[in-house]
Amino acid sequence: MSIEVRNVTKKFGTFTAVDDVSVTVPAGELVALLGPSGSGKTSLLRIIAGLETPDAGIVFFEGEDQAQRDVRVRRVGFVFQHYALFRHMTVFENVAFGLRVRPRASRPSVADIRAKVMDLLKLVQLDWLADRRPSELSGGQRQRVALARALAVEPKVLLLDEPFGSLDARIRQELRRWLRRLHDDIRLTSVFVTHDQEEALDVADRVVVMNRGRIEQIGTPQEVFEHPATPFVMTFIGQSAVFAGTVQGGKAFLGSLAAVDFPAHLHEEARPAAGYARPHELEVTRIENGGGGLWATLRHASPAGAVVKLELTDPEGGSLQVEVTREQHEALQAGVGESLYVKPRKLRIFVQEDATSDAPDTPRAPRA
Amino acid sequence: MRRALTEPPLVRGALLAVALVFLAIFLVMPLVAVFAQALEKGFGAYLTALREPDAWAAIRLTLLTAAIAVPMNLAFGLAASWAIAKFEFPGKGTLLTLIDLPFAVSPVISGMIFVLLFGRQGLLGPFLGAHDVKVIFAVPGIVLATVFVTFPFVARELIPVMQALGNEEEEAARVLGAGGWQIFFRVTLPNVKWGVLYGVILCNARAMGEFGAVSVVSGHIRGLTNTIPLHVEILYNEYNFQAAFAVASLLAFLALVTLLAKSVVEWRSGRAARPEAPVREAA
Repeated sequence: MSIEVRNVTKKFGTFTAVDDVSVTVPAGELVALLGPSGSGKTSLLRIIAGLETPDAGIVFFEGEDQAQRDVRVRRVGFVFQHYALFRHMTVFENVAFGLRVRPRASRPSVADIRAKVMDLLKLVQLDWLADRRPSELSGGQRQRVALARALAVEPKVLLLDEPFGSLDARIRQELRRWLRRLHDDIRLTSVFVTHDQEEALDVADRVVVMNRGRIEQIGTPQEVFEHPATPFVMTFIGQSAVFAGTVQGGKAFLGSLAAVDFPAHLHEEARPAAGYARPHELEVTRIENGGGGLWATLRHASPAGAVVKLELTDPEGGSLQVEVTREQHEALQAGVGESLYVKPRKLRIFVQEDATSDAPDTPRAPRA
Repeated sequence: MRRALTEPPLVRGALLAVALVFLAIFLVMPLVAVFAQALEKGFGAYLTALREPDAWAAIRLTLLTAAIAVPMNLAFGLAASWAIAKFEFPGKGTLLTLIDLPFAVSPVISGMIFVLLFGRQGLLGPFLGAHDVKVIFAVPGIVLATVFVTFPFVARELIPVMQALGNEEEEAARVLGAGGWQIFFRVTLPNVKWGVLYGVILCNARAMGEFGAVSVVSGHIRGLTNTIPLHVEILYNEYNFQAAFAVASLLAFLALVTLLAKSVVEWRSGRAARPEAPVREAA
């Protein structure tokens, strides 16, 4: 079942958590809402579920307005960040809950409930723990119980709030592959919230990048990584080197880089702008290779698998992260303290719209 | 290696002795004295004192009062703590303060408030008189005063418990299709049951033992409006010490049962809250 969110706004007091957001999730897709904390992604998820009422805007399921439909009848499966398992019930009773609270007319028989719950527990590979209590389970197991419980009511959409947030790294990786496989099997329209860009890119069909209650970009993992729409997306997803400067009269003057053509801004008035490049899009040579780059001093080189990470300092003292292949690094023969020529193969230039624009003033530390 | 906080044996012994002597003088001796006085003339006399019609009437009235006041305050306490812990509404702070009012006011004043409201010269006196309803110096007044004095117990016990639990389990139940009553009986109540029981035990102990407020509204009519504590006072004032202590021993016994029940509940709820060692993740 498809989900459409149209012009939804939600305020908590004076804080606008969700600001005029519109997004469509096609039936059967697995979509990630990605953003830093406070970006409104969880509020948006809760609005879709019906746990929060939007101040403005409409949520449609399969083209049907959900405003008048209470969360109880929306048929959504919701997996809470801290699982919210019923602590006084066994795993079995947790999963059976949604079936047991149905009105008598539509409630399955005791035998049917038992069969259904055991099927679901097998699906999440926990049938052997049916009689345990949540407090006796590990984090990953609790997560899977929460998922089985959400699936028991045969939801039409599945919503997951930071589903792997409170798990340790190894379990998290396992569980997110498992979730992807499960999604491929049952093809349930699913939305999950995460602040971890790696997780979003790894699992989702499409990624919705949010910042300050607004959507920055919607696209496939490849699109948001390769063609970020805004400086925020550029810095939030993956590492990047930033060259701050101005654009004026069809040229961009960025940091210590030589001026480059920028036909998008032919205006004579100078505007602040910044150029961004991924670490692997920077070329490092010992000679001034055709111009357009800058000289920087090598501070550190660390091998990381197939690549070698170089840390350099540009003439203004800024730090530059560069990734080169092992072969390139060997050919370079560069020692710490040597001057090297760094030149972006690809540069994405964003002109600052105005003083209040969403410039990446709070970029998250990029993940290694 | 000596731990920094270990005192010399002499100091430890002295501290322990002081504590024990204090306990013996102020807690154990009075308790023993009550039972010793009660049984002074033998077990037969003890039973006779309890079987005496006025004493028996006082016991029945006390049980009746508790049987009305405790369920009322249980219902009120559940509703108030649910509302305060789970919802935001204007006047929440005021409600919290009002719940504490009976703790803050002297019981005698509480009793007098009801006399001023329902007494013959009181605000509602003429109305009640016209309809031939007697509140003050009658059983309804005793129940009202007891309800007033004991109403913070359940609510005060439950509010922090419910606040600590948060809303997530209720939200999960709602998403799964449960209605308000189903959420309350299947999710909320099982999670707070030990808190409820604890509150009820304390509420009951106070309801049966209340003296001040009840004394003001009771009128001390023997066999009609005397609760156990009031009856004890009457017997005592008549220098009938053995009978007074025999009836008082019931309250002392109630106190012991309350303490026992309280520690059982604490032990059980402590066990329920303790997380078990997690099972190892399956490969």
